[in-house]
Amino acid sequence: MMEPLFRIEKLSVLFGGLAALSNLDLEIGRGEIIGLIGPNGAGKTTAFNAIAGGLRPTGGRVIFQGQDITGWKSFRVARAGIVRTFQNIRLYSDLTVRENVMVACHSSIHYSFVEAVIGMGRFARDERHVLTKAEKLLETMGLLDMADEKASALPYGSQRKLEIARALALDPIMLLLDEPVAGMNPMETLDFGRLLAKLHMECELSIGLIEHDMSFVMDVCHKIKVIDHGVPIAWGTPKEIQKDERVIKAYLGAG
Amino acid sequence: MAAFLVFIWFANNHFTQYSIRILNNIAIFIIVAVSYNLINGITGQFSLEPNAFLAVGAYTSALLTLSPEEKARSFIIEPIIWPLSDICVSFPVSLLIAGLVTALAALVMAVPVFRVRGDYLAIVTLGFGEVIQVVANNLVPVTNGPLGLKGLSPYTNIWWSWGVCLFTLFCIVRLVNSSYGRAMKAVREDETAAEAMGINAFWIKTLAFTFSAFFEGVAGGLLAHLITTISPSLFTFLLTFNLLIIIVIGGLGSTTGAVIAAVLVTWGGELLRFFEEPVNLFGFQYEGIPGMRMVIFSFLLVLVMLFARSGLMGRREFSWQKLIDWVRMRVRSLRRKG
Repeated sequence: MMEPLFRIEKLSVLFGGLAALSNLDLEIGRGEIIGLIGPNGAGKTTAFNAIAGGLRPTGGRVIFQGQDITGWKSFRVARAGIVRTFQNIRLYSDLTVRENVMVACHSSIHYSFVEAVIGMGRFARDERHVLTKAEKLLETMGLLDMADEKASALPYGSQRKLEIARALALDPIMLLLDEPVAGMNPMETLDFGRLLAKLHMECELSIGLIEHDMSFVMDVCHKIKVIDHGVPIAWGTPKEIQKDERVIKAYLGAG
Repeated sequence: MAAFLVFIWFANNHFTQYSIRILNNIAIFIIVAVSYNLINGITGQFSLEPNAFLAVGAYTSALLTLSPEEKARSFIIEPIIWPLSDICVSFPVSLLIAGLVTALAALVMAVPVFRVRGDYLAIVTLGFGEVIQVVANNLVPVTNGPLGLKGLSPYTNIWWSWGVCLFTLFCIVRLVNSSYGRAMKAVREDETAAEAMGINAFWIKTLAFTFSAFFEGVAGGLLAHLITTISPSLFTFLLTFNLLIIIVIGGLGSTTGAVIAAVLVTWGGELLRFFEEPVNLFGFQYEGIPGMRMVIFSFLLVLVMLFARSGLMGRREFSWQKLIDWVRMRVRSLRRKG
């Protein structure tokens, strides 16, 4: 059997005596879109934090491209190719839209701070490269005409898009999206679904997705993992999940 | 730029001693304010170090430029220890070494402090300032204790101070406008998000802190050779407090603001001396109250904070392009009215 792109084994996070997440197993292959769903407080965001380095897992392993990345700091995980977005949008609100994307290109620059100060060597070439890359990404996202606005001045939907643009600036292999369509209206959600499909087609991105909008999840995800109270309860295609009794019970309560 | 050089040349030849002294002070304060703003305003890491780093820089460069005979003469309590007693280098070299030593001190502090998040930097730098005072007072074989170091040659002239000042501005503006500067701002805005975008926040903060320490050390060397006598009491916490006022007035995070505020506060402090001198106003005799200028100064501070809460410049920067655009806009609106 071939080693999948990304695999977590028995990932657990304990807060004191409370198991926020226990024994989560998950595999994401190249180019797959996997949904992670569950009621509020199920441990979905905790799982993302444990993967992306915001939180040190208390047990289990995270393997990406055959490399054990368990407990890596978040900037190392991001540089390795797993980039996340946040549930509550976290842009650099006082920087412009363009700068927000350019910041994310920082790990791709080659020049040292000394070259930045004297302005020689690789400085000019790298800066030009970063600028064109940022503008191209903004164009794909339809944000180019707002490039000089402050990020905090953007409407909500555009802020979500900017967060994706920023994540893409790192040339990720896998994206982790934490509730990307929360707070969007049905039209925006539809738009966003199309955008995701396009990205997925063009860049062969693998995507891990947390979302509460069920029709969106059922629409875009290839496979879905359901967790409740930190414990995984189901795994399968959207159709299988919709019929699973334990899932229905977890969402609607024991009737 | 050329106009500025002409101005310096003119000032050097025609201004009074007093005015030149103020110009030198302004240059040194600009250096410190701009580099202090790099760590406090741009990177958003609240710190309270300028007095300590100025002291380190001043002592380092003073000990390096004093001639061996001069050192033997001024160390009367205890003789100076060996390697320092014989070293004597030129002024520019001493400035460079002062900067490097200060940067090294900053690096040693940064490594443990930036491993954890939060406002620990303020506490550690505050403590370091006090430690430096105690060391300067008690490490007699090196610092000559409370007597301080006397008889430094007044190397710092207007060319040196403004030359270094322009060099500092150049370096810091370049750094802030590079990818490193953007990363610093990202750390200020949201450290978690910065790390999630592949930025090593620890290294960026250390870079900003060490970079600003270097220039503060150089400024310390300039200061020492301007006033020619340094003692521990010169570098109290009050100095840091003044600089904090400067960068807050200018607008935390704005290099332009730091420059403007450094000029205003240093020069304004001298202008306000007017209120302490006796004047005859329309037959009313005003005796002049010592300390009056501080009262007025704090009153002005309150006004600034009331009407420009984020400082004079906020986080904006000056650029010729913006100025031209602004003038054009004004002209156009005037024409429309006329």
